[in-house]
Amino acid sequence: MEKKEKILRPKGRIHGGASLPHLKGTAESETVIMPAPAVVRIPVLQHIGAPSRPVVKKDDKVFVGTLIAESGGIVGAPIHSSVSGTVKEISYFDINGKPTQCIVIESDGTMEKDPSLKPFTVKSREDISAAANRCGLVGLGGAGFPAKIKLTIKDETPIDTLIINGAECEPYITSDYRECTEGYNDVMDGVYFLKEKLQIPNVIICIESNKSKAIEKLYSIASDKRDKGDSVKLMKLPTSYPQGAEKVIIYSATGRKVPLGKLPSDVGCIVMNITSLATLYRFIKTGMPLVSKRLTVDGTAVSTPKNVIAPIGTSIKDLLEFVGGVSQDAAEIIYGGPMMGIDICNENAVVEKRNNAITVMLNPEKADTLTPCIRCGRCARACPMDLYPATVESVINHGLTEKLAALNINYCMECGSCSYICPAKRPLTQVMRLAKAELRRVAK
Amino acid sequence: MNDVLKVSSSPHIRHIDTTRGIMADVIIALMPAAIYGCILFGWRSVAVLLTCVIFAVLSEFIWNKLVKKPGSIGDFSAVVTGLLLGMNLSSQIPLWMAAIGSIVAIIVVKQMFGGIGCNFANPAIAARIVLLVSFPSAMTKYAEPISDVLTSATPLVTEAGTYSIKSLFFGMHSGCIGETSAFLLLVGGLYLVVRKIISPVVPVCFVGTVAILTLISGGDSLSSILSGGLMLGAIFMATDYTTSPTTSAGKAVFAVGCGLITFVIRQFGSLPEGVSYAILLMNILVPYINRFTLSKPFGFVKPLKEGKKNG
Repeated sequence: MEKKEKILRPKGRIHGGASLPHLKGTAESETVIMPAPAVVRIPVLQHIGAPSRPVVKKDDKVFVGTLIAESGGIVGAPIHSSVSGTVKEISYFDINGKPTQCIVIESDGTMEKDPSLKPFTVKSREDISAAANRCGLVGLGGAGFPAKIKLTIKDETPIDTLIINGAECEPYITSDYRECTEGYNDVMDGVYFLKEKLQIPNVIICIESNKSKAIEKLYSIASDKRDKGDSVKLMKLPTSYPQGAEKVIIYSATGRKVPLGKLPSDVGCIVMNITSLATLYRFIKTGMPLVSKRLTVDGTAVSTPKNVIAPIGTSIKDLLEFVGGVSQDAAEIIYGGPMMGIDICNENAVVEKRNNAITVMLNPEKADTLTPCIRCGRCARACPMDLYPATVESVINHGLTEKLAALNINYCMECGSCSYICPAKRPLTQVMRLAKAELRRVAK
Repeated sequence: MNDVLKVSSSPHIRHIDTTRGIMADVIIALMPAAIYGCILFGWRSVAVLLTCVIFAVLSEFIWNKLVKKPGSIGDFSAVVTGLLLGMNLSSQIPLWMAAIGSIVAIIVVKQMFGGIGCNFANPAIAARIVLLVSFPSAMTKYAEPISDVLTSATPLVTEAGTYSIKSLFFGMHSGCIGETSAFLLLVGGLYLVVRKIISPVVPVCFVGTVAILTLISGGDSLSSILSGGLMLGAIFMATDYTTSPTTSAGKAVFAVGCGLITFVIRQFGSLPEGVSYAILLMNILVPYINRFTLSKPFGFVKPLKEGKKNG
């Protein structure tokens, strides 16, 4: 009886979405910790916002957790060294097409922790956002938005619900799932700690209904004896992509719709990824900032898929070698999952804070045949935001930019469902991006 | 690892369904009724169906060559058009007429408007209407099932009660090659619904509207929905992607409109059958229906008017 009350039913269900293959083959395998690579290359921009400013110089000695770059603006985050060793070089590298300043550190192999690190004392509500800032925490679900901003609660927008996002709806990725299992205590303590310090009345821990083992773990968190007012609940979400998208999960959890251009705080919610939560709590407990990241390395070209905890700045090449290499025919390396991930285009790519997976794919056995749009309407039905991607494509193809505004393309979150579902294999998500850029260009 | 990596825009995986696969599913769904028609009306129906399909595919092939467009016969859409047209013809029609029908369907109705996905009307329907107004007598001469006796009426124009509901349902009566067996057409329709190729909204609203209106007017709804081309039209022609609305609401409006026009033509018109005209007329309205049935995006905020921004 009690169990039923603990588990909430979704309050809202979006239209559309896609049913994807789950491919969560790494869900039950223990995470392995990657030893320090010889060299790490840490980009100063691993988040949305301003690049951080390096505070170290060549030949400086650094430890694990030493501040190496300070936040470059209000929307920004500090960056810490992920290994102990010596700064070799601070210069620009082509990181996925963008020249980005990187701090190259040669590891001494000892992984010595910075002696100045100490637990962070949280006295007031404001200290939580200060902790998130000091930790260098950014949205670890993939967005990379500096966490201190959403954890700054303003009095004019009171927050009544903290949503813990464990949906992890992309195929292959199991890093949040492993966090629930292996980082169980940090998740548990983190939930109650944040709830108390941020003075948020309700917590809803959301997870897709197919992850039964994690549900058990999270259930025991929600029914812990610390939950006096019965205000920590668990919600099983339908397993449909993109359930973990912020607007979608808020609607599922509370039935509230975030209007265009507004933030979750405008509807009284804070959404935190489950790994972000555990990372923040670990920082408060130990003082160790965000210097390593658990990633799922999987995909059709990976013979021994694993979850790996790797130091930030580890080159993707080293990471793949550590996992046991990839197939000779690997054709595509993706930062993130196959639905929203970004292809890596050169060997400068490194593990970043916001990465939760590296997916390596073979060329598909059969190449997709592109045909003209047959107007089947599947893209519109799959769109969680109720848009009409095929119409947008036809408007773009005809150069009718003035019609774009009426198609509400700015609601698009580029989840990829339209392209995924299209039988004619039209590049609809790409067209939506192009349309948004076109709209911005016209507005100028 | 390959030396050259692929770099593409997300998503990096695709659903297995393809245009060709969808068209193949439609062909599979049409097969029971088509094969039954061949058994019922003999070898001539095989010849009509084959003529229609072959000429449809040939027209598409030649057109693509002439206008230097990439070949599109591989998507099987021309096969579907040819098959649908053939199933909408009498087994007694001269083969050259059937061939003309296919050429009109593909060249005039489909390709001249831009090919697959661009035509405003269902090619098979439009071609059938062209044949109907060009060769009215040949188009309405039907064979009796399993005999060579010629009759000239479908159940719609014969006196009520000539055929039992059972023979209407299973298809033991005269008519076009593919329209006689409501049962087998429903089987095909069910297959398409289960495979999620079509949504049941259009057939249900279309057939439902005809049934309700017939009932109100004091007619026999059951025989009215089982006879003529209603099942074939509602399940296979009105559900054509290109010429039906996008949203479920739009589909419902479209299908009710089809049902209404079909009923009015059957009840008050001088034509024996109204399904084709009903679908054609509603096809023309699809852009307007689409415009008025678009849904609002999730979390919609009304954009500010230009004037308000300044004031």
